Amino acid sequence: MASPVKPAVSVRGLHKAFGARTVLDGIDLEVEPGEFVALLGRSGCGKSTLLRILAGLDREVGGEAEVPGTVSIAFQQPRLLPWRKVWRNISLGLHKPNGRAIALKALEEVRLTDHADAWPLTLSGGEAQRVSLARALVREPDVLLLDEPFGALDALTRLAMHHLVEDLWARHKPAVLLVTHDVDEALLLADRILVLDEGRIVATHHVALPRPRRRASVVEQRTRVLADLGVDVEEAA
Amino acid sequence: MTLSIAGVAARPKTATPVQTRKFTLPLRWISPVALVLLWQLASSTGVLSPDKLASPLTVAQAAGELVADGQLGEAFAVSITRVLFGFLIGGFAGVVLGLVSGLSRWGETLLDPPVQMLRTLPHLGLIPLFILWFGIGEEPKLALVAAGVAFPLYLNLHAGIRQTDPGLVEAARVLGYSRFERIVHVVLPSAVPQTLVGLRIAFGTAWLSLIVAEQINADAGLGFLINNAREFLRTDVVVVGLVVYALLGLTTDALVRLLERRILRWRAR
Ligand SMILES: Nc1ncnc2c1ncn2[C@@H]1O[C@H](COP(=O)(O)OP(=O)(O)OP(=O)(O)O)[C@@H](O)[C@H]1O
Ligand SMILES: [Mg+2]
Repeated sequence: MASPVKPAVSVRGLHKAFGARTVLDGIDLEVEPGEFVALLGRSGCGKSTLLRILAGLDREVGGEAEVPGTVSIAFQQPRLLPWRKVWRNISLGLHKPNGRAIALKALEEVRLTDHADAWPLTLSGGEAQRVSLARALVREPDVLLLDEPFGALDALTRLAMHHLVEDLWARHKPAVLLVTHDVDEALLLADRILVLDEGRIVATHHVALPRPRRRASVVEQRTRVLADLGVDVEEAA
Repeated sequence: MTLSIAGVAARPKTATPVQTRKFTLPLRWISPVALVLLWQLASSTGVLSPDKLASPLTVAQAAGELVADGQLGEAFAVSITRVLFGFLIGGFAGVVLGLVSGLSRWGETLLDPPVQMLRTLPHLGLIPLFILWFGIGEEPKLALVAAGVAFPLYLNLHAGIRQTDPGLVEAARVLGYSRFERIVHVVLPSAVPQTLVGLRIAFGTAWLSLIVAEQINADAGLGFLINNAREFLRTDVVVVGLVVYALLGLTTDALVRLLERRILRWRAR
């Protein structure tokens, strides 16, 4: 399956251990430019670790992890600078002259324009996460790493954020690697779903459903993905 | 319906703190005022001889006289100048050393061990050396204040920089901050709260150092005023000098608090 375009992410035999504990045990992964990949797996299986490596934050690894283009990331915790106003948190590091205008536009997209001049510590958990998301999106990277960016959001905001991410992805076409615990979310957004377990990719699902997707259309495939996660849906229902 | 209930319920809530404040403030003043009254009573009845401690009224009178004939103002100016210059020298040294050892690995390797060893030395113990090195003029006094200021500033700035959340530094790196931007927007702001703690301690030791330094053959300043008064058994003037020292300390403390409230606005919640 040699592809003519250079992959946005290419990982071969990636191995990572913290002391004696092996967290990633031979990961092979290629992400095409513009591809939307969702990463599922139980807590502690190494999803954040993989994203950190792809972001270039951890180089003490075995194997190869190559990300040729620009990367931006929304971490599992918002990681905003508490001493810089919300809009500055978005525009800092961009190195563009109209930083505030860009930040305001990004805030409009996550529906937080009113909070542009607020201190981050006054934001709710979900609001802070949306700022962090806006901060990642505004950079228009080649590879966008999203580590459970919708974790602290209520169901309604979560839906709005799905649309937002899909929208921005459709417009700028970055390769996206989205970590999530929500199978429906993965099915709604991703081209491909990877299931990570015990440091390996144990299952891959291609999602060929036409976009925009609706909840009902994903139900059938959901059962199969859940089975890979070790959940028996008949029993759970 | 629900709204009106909430409105009624909310009212006593806001009223309570106001009431408690109104009553606690005067209550806190009962014992200090009583102590001063007792002191005055002891002096008036002759229990407390003026050679040991002048009465509050005499002290107030002495203060008035010292202000009127300009002695207090002059002494005040001399002492303030000493602290100011000592503080500038020590502050500059503490901040520069703290930045170098906080921001560069080599700086830390070379600077931190000797500073950490020297900090265990009570700096007031350096007086004999300072007198040998600098004589008995202004220099040893400035040096003592400077030493008292430099250490707490260095230690807290260094610790503050070290405490920077690595998560924030990581985020800044991925988000494209330059090294300079990481220092200005991430590392230094996160060191500010700890540095302000250091600043407050530095002011405290600055005044303490001044008081001790002014015992060294001072021919001007508050310490001179006090020492001179001691020779003439003028306990009232001694007390005036002490009160001025205390007020100066309180003032700088209040200034740092004010600075804290302004700089750390982002903490507001
Ligand atoms: N710096 C570290 N030192 C030691 N162990 C670590 C470190 N970082 C992560 N680990 C361990 O590696 C494992 C994977 O962590 P990781 O954060 O990647 O999990 P995760 O899949 O993102 O989990 P979650 O879904 O809960 O966020 C965990 O067992 C964790 O304890
Ligand atoms: Mg994680």
